[in-house]
Amino acid sequence: MKKSFIGLTKPVLEYQSLTGLMTKPEKIAIPKKASLFFKGAYSQKDAVLLKIGEKVKTGQKLCLYKNSDEYAVSPVTGTVSLISSYLGNFGQSCAMVTIDTADTEEFDESFKAVCAAPSLDTARNFLTGAAGSPCFGCFSDPEKKIKTIVVCGTDSDILVETNGYIAASKSDIITKGVSILKKITHASTVIVALPKALVKDAGAIGGASGAELREIGSEYPSALPLVMMKNVMGQPVPAGKGPGDMGVCFFSAEAVASIGAAFTDGRIPVTKTLTLIRKDLSRVMVEARIGTPIADIFTACGVTVSEKDRIIIGGPMTGVSVYTEEHPVTPDTDAIMVQGSEDVSLVSDYPCINCGECVRICPMNIPVNMLVRFLEAGQYEEAADMYDLHCCIECGLCSFVCVSKMPIFQYIRLAKYELSRIPAAAEEA
Amino acid sequence: MFVDKKLIVSHAPFWHNGSCIGERNYHIMLAALPAIIFGIMQYGSAAIGVISLAISSAMLWELAFNRAAKRPDSIGDGSAAVVGMVLGMMLPATAPWWLVIVGTFVAIVIGKQVYGGIGANPFNPAIVGLAILSLSWGKFMDFDAALVNYDFGFTAVYPLQLVKHASKNPEIFNVADVVNSFKIMDLLMGKQVGGIGAVFGLGIIVGGIYLIIRGFIRWEISLSFIVGVILTALLFQASDPTRYACPMFHLLTGYTLLAAFFIATEDSSSPVNFIPMLLYGAGMGMMTVLIRNIGAYADGIIYAVLIMNVANPLLDKIRPKAIGKAV
Repeated sequence: MKKSFIGLTKPVLEYQSLTGLMTKPEKIAIPKKASLFFKGAYSQKDAVLLKIGEKVKTGQKLCLYKNSDEYAVSPVTGTVSLISSYLGNFGQSCAMVTIDTADTEEFDESFKAVCAAPSLDTARNFLTGAAGSPCFGCFSDPEKKIKTIVVCGTDSDILVETNGYIAASKSDIITKGVSILKKITHASTVIVALPKALVKDAGAIGGASGAELREIGSEYPSALPLVMMKNVMGQPVPAGKGPGDMGVCFFSAEAVASIGAAFTDGRIPVTKTLTLIRKDLSRVMVEARIGTPIADIFTACGVTVSEKDRIIIGGPMTGVSVYTEEHPVTPDTDAIMVQGSEDVSLVSDYPCINCGECVRICPMNIPVNMLVRFLEAGQYEEAADMYDLHCCIECGLCSFVCVSKMPIFQYIRLAKYELSRIPAAAEEA
Repeated sequence: MFVDKKLIVSHAPFWHNGSCIGERNYHIMLAALPAIIFGIMQYGSAAIGVISLAISSAMLWELAFNRAAKRPDSIGDGSAAVVGMVLGMMLPATAPWWLVIVGTFVAIVIGKQVYGGIGANPFNPAIVGLAILSLSWGKFMDFDAALVNYDFGFTAVYPLQLVKHASKNPEIFNVADVVNSFKIMDLLMGKQVGGIGAVFGLGIIVGGIYLIIRGFIRWEISLSFIVGVILTALLFQASDPTRYACPMFHLLTGYTLLAAFFIATEDSSSPVNFIPMLLYGAGMGMMTVLIRNIGAYADGIIYAVLIMNVANPLLDKIRPKAIGKAV
């Protein structure tokens, strides 16, 4: 992924085509321990509903806090062995519940009891922890009327092809999911977004239930939801707003497949499909229980991780690097990428030299050269007011081309995070 | 529970296209080599001395300032070397050693480092250095006087100075005749008097095209600068051919080509958006010919560059609306 010799033209990052990767996914055995995350900082003094030693069944809904709607779905049968704190990005911590797996698997039946008549409440109450992490949050906001549902049969990041694989291999179940979604959400339009290579294989999705098919370009970042809003839907999202504000809700193909499978079988899908990107950029599809430590996946697929390597949850442009192989597979882990220490590209503390590469590559026309000067100085409000911080769709291309190797994308995410804390801090004061 | 294996953790993106500042600057130096080698062949060992001293003293000034200001050493990135090289290219081969060292001091320390170093300089550092030198020690910068002892085998007169003189004395000279005494081909092939690296037009153009193709400089600036020079010169010539030189003459003499590919395109002091780049280049070309034709100086590059550098932040406000911006 180096700069081409002819630097006059804009560098183009292409999504890889899926041809030749339609092999059977590698199935990972049920792990000995499975871990789940719950949002919010956790300390041992907190009163929690889950007790150490408590027995849980596969598919059982687990709540950690009394006054919270948040829940996770247990991916295995076993006993709760540990509740601890886990440190994530920007110093945000969350609670991690570890379950020791029992020898025999039992399925929880509480979802089966209600799944005969699909409704939005049932989906919201049981399925957000399912594979693909279907999110129904935007349907509960009375101010947002969701008219359109977009099913993404494509992954937003390069090299990742989890959803493309699912769209091509599970089109029947996705079609079922689409019709259920349409029924329970009363959305008037369902759009299936597919890359060109998949139109032949997966074009049948939703055919019977009347979904529209749209083709996604092959050039990164055309599969990012906000770029799709502009290019495919023709409705650019105003700065600081989300697709939900425009009446559009995005579901990954896997999420829709989970909805379809759950209401058909009466069991919440707890097996996640993901793309494993090895150090040499070869890729393999993997099916693993949610909560599986990624170390188990590396062992099964013959990946050795050594000191100073980099493990990335997600793709090379927008993923998140993690500091331990114990990190579990979560419902939205679409890819795991391993980078050998010799391939790790480092950032530098050089200032911007004003070469303008970032300005020319930015898909949203943001004056990145000016923006980054304000962000470096910590002047986040000015950056947002004058230099379009909130127009950023977080594709990471500016950092990719930066001659000074500045961590521009990190500055942008940090600025957005700091700005998002201001209203919360004001409430506390 | 965590195994003691330390992994590298950093923020996305996890790929980089591999470009770096050093690569950029070393390619700029590479592109300047044809012009410099020609200059050395034409002016002999004195030119090697000036160019080498300019590059090395610029780097040493940078190092000295880094140390004095307790900043990390930045001489490895090639930026100081490029500034020294461009300044050296504009000097006559006979420039005394102290002139070169003072020039690079002004360029590196006053032109660049006091603003915060690379990327922060509002003016092109080499031009700042040259401006101070030509204001303070003008006689050393007078190419006719400096190169009087050379025997080139062609008219050893600084073309711009001659034309300036002719246009001031229209009763004696006709500018058109003076200009015609220089063959365009000779000017292009470097058979003229001028700065070490500024005379070999063909070499500079080849180097500039290389930089444009490799994406190290922005073609919009170079092209619009040349168009600006040609159009303005054409208008002047049309108004009075006996007093003003033709566009090709302006293009191939003085620092014009050097400015088009090595000076105007300096990253920090030039705009990055499309329309501002065109305005910046065209404005600089226009100012150059204006100063040459009706100003006091023989070559207008120095002040044209400085003036457009000042205009750069304002010009760069002309930019496309960000997608999704509310207003």
